[in-house]
Amino acid sequence: MKKAVRTSKKIKEIHGHEDTSPCCSEEAASCCSGDNATCCCGGKPEAVGVSTSLSFQDILGFCKARWGINRMNYKVDPGLYYVGQPDANSPVLVTANYKMSFDSLRKELSGISAWILVLDTKGINVWCAAGKGTFGTAELIRRIEKTGLPEVVEHRTLILPQLGAVGVSAHEVLKKSGFKVVYGPVRAKDIPKFLENGMKADKEMRRVRFNFADRAVLTPVEAVSAVKPSLVIFGIMFLLNEVGLTKFTGTDLYSYIGAVLVGCVLTPMLLPWIPGRAFSLKGWLLGLIWAAGVIGINGGFERNNYDIFMDISYLMILPAVSAYYAMNFTGSSTYTSLSGVLKEMKIAIPLIAASIGLGLVLLFAGNLMPKLL
Amino acid sequence: MSGKYKYLKNAVTLKLKAENCTGCGMCAEVCPHGVFAIDGKKARIVDRDSCMECGACQRNCPFAAIEVKTGVGCAAAVINGILTGAEPSCGCDGSGNCC
Repeated sequence: MKKAVRTSKKIKEIHGHEDTSPCCSEEAASCCSGDNATCCCGGKPEAVGVSTSLSFQDILGFCKARWGINRMNYKVDPGLYYVGQPDANSPVLVTANYKMSFDSLRKELSGISAWILVLDTKGINVWCAAGKGTFGTAELIRRIEKTGLPEVVEHRTLILPQLGAVGVSAHEVLKKSGFKVVYGPVRAKDIPKFLENGMKADKEMRRVRFNFADRAVLTPVEAVSAVKPSLVIFGIMFLLNEVGLTKFTGTDLYSYIGAVLVGCVLTPMLLPWIPGRAFSLKGWLLGLIWAAGVIGINGGFERNNYDIFMDISYLMILPAVSAYYAMNFTGSSTYTSLSGVLKEMKIAIPLIAASIGLGLVLLFAGNLMPKLL
Repeated sequence: MSGKYKYLKNAVTLKLKAENCTGCGMCAEVCPHGVFAIDGKKARIVDRDSCMECGACQRNCPFAAIEVKTGVGCAAAVINGILTGAEPSCGCDGSGNCC
């Protein structure tokens, strides 16, 4: 406790206020709207204390973002925060202002006293923001100055998440700000161990993983993004039925929905166990099984004498739809390169388009032939 | 080691200029896929096909010894880029899908 008192005094000394008005207490977060670098406390830099446990609201926000709800506007204000009772020698951890990134970091810090420097990444997570350059050298240097960090800590070391290295150049930050960048572990959960080890990350902490849970948690957003185009397609199917060109049934509907889900949910989940390297190929294989299953369950289609047209059109359209959605999961994966994706697309897109095109021709033929003949 | 996930073979643009390398080890430290190893006084590419072209090594090499054409390995982003005529980018700033 003694240490705590000394620390809070220290903060006040640094920022030059003697008073204990509620505005400058740990609850300062609420009164410091916008960029907390210029807080209400005399416009001086002020750090905001945060808890290391997540509230029900935080967890609810997590879940909503995973389903794509309010995901693009889930932010905390950039600036300087702290957990525990840090002093001038406490470590400084840097993160993005996507609330999920910030919360994932602070919830791992129970029992630790540290400063948290939150960069303005427009509400995007560390890795994506680093790829775009918003979690980058320039923003880091700007945020160090804006928050008055050099006056808050005596040491000159910043701990960045390893994936931030995509956007930050450690040697440039040192040159321009005097702060040495140390890349911490990939996952926030390893930070306590990293700090205990004297800021050393072992090999395991340095590797990006992509296990079943990592993949599964990403699939809802994929499925949600497939809803809109699917509704458009259902609308078109309905209209074609209305004008009497086709006779789409519930079977067509569920087989299509199934193909979409195979592509954007099942393929990502089973990713490492499906043969092939290209995502579209993996999706196509599962889609083929699905299409064969649908045909099998329906005992081949017995709508008219041209069943075979329908069967073939299912085999052409459904796996191609799965392949397309599986290919889009490359963006969510942690190991695909742009060059690789371009190489895959160059082959996959024409095949998918041709397969769907031919499938549609057969589908209409299967529907129209009985009428014409 | 990281044999579980391998994307396409021989697709990546990663290049290491050994003459500039001092073996400082920064590339091996920042790489999330263990592409580099430090042998004596030089870095060496030991697992090229695991490279995802994130560019962390290039950006953090103080001696400009690494060259890689960086970008997001995201098909949706590439399609977006073609449709909008811009560089491939996940629609992170808008209402679109982010990587």
